[in-house]
Amino acid sequence: MSVNALTFRRLPQLPVWVINLALTAILAGLWPLGRVLEHQLNPYFLQILILVGINIMLAVSLNLVNGITGQFSLGHAGFMAVGAYAAGVLLRHYQPQGWEIPLVMLGVLCLGGVLAALAGLVVGIPTLRLQGDYLAIATLGFGEIINVVIINTESVGSFYVGGSAGLHGIPIHANFFWTFGAALICIVCVWRLAYSNKGKAFAAIREDEIAAGAMGVNTTYYKVAAFAIGAFFAGVAGGVSATWFGNLDPESFRFMRSIEIVAMVVLGGSGSITGAILAAVVLTWLPEQLRAVQEWRLVIYALVLILMMIFRPAGLLGNRELWPIPGRRRPGPSPTADPDSRQRMMA
Amino acid sequence: MSLLEISNLSVVFGGLKALCDFDLTLEQGELVGLIGPNGAGKTTTFNIVTGVYRPTAGDVRLDGRSIVGFKPHQINHRGIARTFQNIRLFAGMSVLDNVLVGFNQSLRHGFAGTVFRTPRHQHEDQRNQDRAVELLSTLGLDDRAMEIAHNLPYGDQRRLEIARALATNPKVLLLDEPAAGMNPQEKIELSGLIEMIRQRFGVGIWLIEHDMKLVMSICQRLTVLDHGQVIAVGTPEQVRADPRVCEAYLGEPT
Repeated sequence: MSVNALTFRRLPQLPVWVINLALTAILAGLWPLGRVLEHQLNPYFLQILILVGINIMLAVSLNLVNGITGQFSLGHAGFMAVGAYAAGVLLRHYQPQGWEIPLVMLGVLCLGGVLAALAGLVVGIPTLRLQGDYLAIATLGFGEIINVVIINTESVGSFYVGGSAGLHGIPIHANFFWTFGAALICIVCVWRLAYSNKGKAFAAIREDEIAAGAMGVNTTYYKVAAFAIGAFFAGVAGGVSATWFGNLDPESFRFMRSIEIVAMVVLGGSGSITGAILAAVVLTWLPEQLRAVQEWRLVIYALVLILMMIFRPAGLLGNRELWPIPGRRRPGPSPTADPDSRQRMMA
Repeated sequence: MSLLEISNLSVVFGGLKALCDFDLTLEQGELVGLIGPNGAGKTTTFNIVTGVYRPTAGDVRLDGRSIVGFKPHQINHRGIARTFQNIRLFAGMSVLDNVLVGFNQSLRHGFAGTVFRTPRHQHEDQRNQDRAVELLSTLGLDDRAMEIAHNLPYGDQRRLEIARALATNPKVLLLDEPAAGMNPQEKIELSGLIEMIRQRFGVGIWLIEHDMKLVMSICQRLTVLDHGQVIAVGTPEQVRADPRVCEAYLGEPT
């Protein structure tokens, strides 16, 4: 039996409006869920949960750049810093009260994201002609520049930035809803970009940039777009973390933070969105669980990473997702070897 | 005015004249061959025409408009698609996805449309998927649509490259050694396939090939290159009889 157009249409897919409605409902449901969790959970678990949410956003957005488009970036913490400082500085300055809080939160998170995306454009346009190691070093340099700029900036006009002492006293308005709402939007955006006709161009660039160009893909445009979109969500994640912790330390946005995010993408499986989520959960939760063994904590954490890369170099999920994607079969042995299995699959 | 007009095309790499005063015209529906010994500059010519290299001198006109200095994707948008000598598929992606990338440039919705799954996005995604499946069945690859391109047998990979190039809706199709590595049976199938594409899609085909039997049997005209110089132009019979061509391939008679 051969595959024809009809077979593809028959793939079970809910109508888009149903999915969009369901996602909106989930987004709205996060608010009451957050209120319940904030009262039920002990503060320590809530803290870990929020960190998980922030790291999911960072890992999924970096996955668009590193995993899906194949442009190895080491500057993600830099974009996070831009968003974090934008949100922190503005909130600290305006100190919104009462009903203004949700609106101002939405505003500063978006603004943080937009500024980070602009930083992404500024960095991406000149550096994306570099490839592989060279791009990694260039983005690494960018992350350090951001750090140095923040350390040396006491204030911008009447806005207090804090310089090397860090920024303290940011009103704490982030909660479960903001964290996971932003994470949900980030996941949906990246997912829909990755698994659409338009988004196939990202993966095509990863697979073979020259061929992608010859097939009419504007490679520069797509690479810069991936960079800017990734930076946007890193900025939002930064904004959330600024308004959750209430203080910012420029040292926490250095190269090591970028490496942590890269580790999540690689551990989850480059190119796999569910893999990035899974790895963000594991790599946030694991170090906390290991607090019991004290000084061995970081050794075990590092050992887990080493062993994973030895025994499962493609990451937890490889380039697959937790469930099959329509129009995308899991890679396996060539079905020519076993025609029956192919027929069964096509049936 | 011809579909594709190349005049006085030259390229110099450092001190090496890789291509010197190359001329060619290609009409719609025509099948023209480019042959020559290894290192003659055939693939270089393709790379210049598709915008990978910039020519040192000369002009390439498609539909009367110069395409020199354009980027590869812009040249592809204007109507030139190609395959590669050493297969360059999107190896980790499915056969269907490979073809869908070819349709990418025809999309009219932006990233926002993709994220919100607007009606236009859904329409275009569905239409392109149908077109991709149709194209694959035209090339006999429809029962492999869901396979990872890397897992295809060699001949199928070559055909998939052609399918992907056709997805960009070209006026001119450049095939760089499509028969390389194929067995005699696959070569016979390939010449039938090329003929079918020429008639069905109405494209002008320009072909680099080392297999003389294939070239002589399907090409209407041939250009022979050696050391970057055109040494012969004409019908397969004329080229075959040209002493300079024999010399280029076999060496001077003693």
